Amino acid sequence: MKVPTDLLYTNEHEWIKVEGERAILGITDFAQDHLGDIVFVELPELDAQVANGEAVAVVESVKAVASVYTPVSGTVVEINDALEDNPELLNQEPYEQFIAIIEMDDPSELEDLMTPEQYEQFCREQEQG
Amino acid sequence: MSDSLKRTPLYEMHQRHGGKMIDFGGWELPVQYTGIIQEHHMVREKAGIFDVSHMGEIEITGAKAQEFIRYLMTNDVTKLKDKQAQYTLMCYPDGGVVDDLLVYRYSEQHYLLVVNASNTDKDYQWILSHAPEDIQVRNVSDQYAQIAVQGPKAQEILQKISDTDLSQIKFFWFEPQVKLAGIQCMVSRTGYTGEDGFEIYLPAERAAELWQSIVEAGGEDLAPAGLGARDTLRFEAKLPLYGQELGPDITPLEAGLGHFVKLDSGDFIGRDALLKQRESQPARTLVEFEMVGKGIPRSHYEVYKNGENIGYVTSGAHAPTLGRPMGLALVESRWSEPGEDIEIMIRSKLIPARVTRGAFYKRPQK
Repeated sequence: MKVPTDLLYTNEHEWIKVEGERAILGITDFAQDHLGDIVFVELPELDAQVANGEAVAVVESVKAVASVYTPVSGTVVEINDALEDNPELLNQEPYEQFIAIIEMDDPSELEDLMTPEQYEQFCREQEQG
Repeated sequence: MSDSLKRTPLYEMHQRHGGKMIDFGGWELPVQYTGIIQEHHMVREKAGIFDVSHMGEIEITGAKAQEFIRYLMTNDVTKLKDKQAQYTLMCYPDGGVVDDLLVYRYSEQHYLLVVNASNTDKDYQWILSHAPEDIQVRNVSDQYAQIAVQGPKAQEILQKISDTDLSQIKFFWFEPQVKLAGIQCMVSRTGYTGEDGFEIYLPAERAAELWQSIVEAGGEDLAPAGLGARDTLRFEAKLPLYGQELGPDITPLEAGLGHFVKLDSGDFIGRDALLKQRESQPARTLVEFEMVGKGIPRSHYEVYKNGENIGYVTSGAHAPTLGRPMGLALVESRWSEPGEDIEIMIRSKLIPARVTRGAFYKRPQK
């Protein structure tokens, strides 16, 4: 399982890449692997105001429905339209495919996220759970 | 995974194939190996091998076994000849379904019932509670392993390891004594995928050996398939799943299974209720539908028409063969005609859908 070292992570298996005031949000390799074949993605609306902890997108595999939560508050400034027609991209390249880009209101919210080392440990514990 | 889960005799095989194990009604079984969609296509195009050892087997013997089974079931067991199988349902007096099952007739005094895993104990108790003294009922589930080989190449693959001419076993017939890779099996031409194929019953202790032989005989034309693909395959073929399309509160007539309810062949448990329901038309009907708007219908989502709740989704999925989401729903009968526009409540939004006709997938005839 891949855990890139330049990202931050949530305990709901989302990743965040920080570029200045923008937070790029996606789902992790662990998430896509546990969901299995992804067949549907519901994206947030552009310009939507989102709050920390809010479900902003839905990812559905053949067997499961999973919400994608944003760990940061702000405005949705970009969404990955390609996922609507090709949801399987999330299985193929989970770290190249983002769900949404959020212009952050309060970058200090990032402090609650996990480092790659912490996330790797977290996944190990979940696997044993 | 909890220690209390039951394992089939093929557990080691699933581990070896990299199966992703889940808790399926108390059984530790693979939901998938490589991926549900890939396994699904493999069964439609070539062949898949499934471990269905969790299914329950109940043996009924006795001089009056036929009459006893006829009284328990909605379908007419007296139509069966030796070595023939029948799909049937067991109902409660109010017409709700105890279980749907296969009846195999070895002789007029000897039958094998194959029932849903999670219903095995309930069914056994139900049958036992109605059995007269001269009928023997035995729950033999633990003795049997069951392996399903399904897909257009199923016969070709199994023929490689058998001297019995498998083409002689017709759809819904079986052969009690077939040697596969030297192992004595019961082989029936039945399945739960909408494809041609076989279900193989054999002693639990030989299951792993047979599985291995079939996998070797199949080579590139065969892949292990898990419960996920089993569900999408049966769903596309509109084969009902107990707990979704069928249950104690759903009658076979509502579920569109009237073909398996023989109201003119003598009394059976549930007949009066079903007769009444047929005369007055069931209030609810199981329909197939396609999504017009975006979204995947899932089991228990509500169905709407003109702003009113008219029923619920029993099964819904992205149908891999069609490449789009489809569903089955139990709705008020007046809205069940093909072409009817309906709406599915998905995450608090009403998404347009349309009633269609017939199974989503029918296998091409040779």
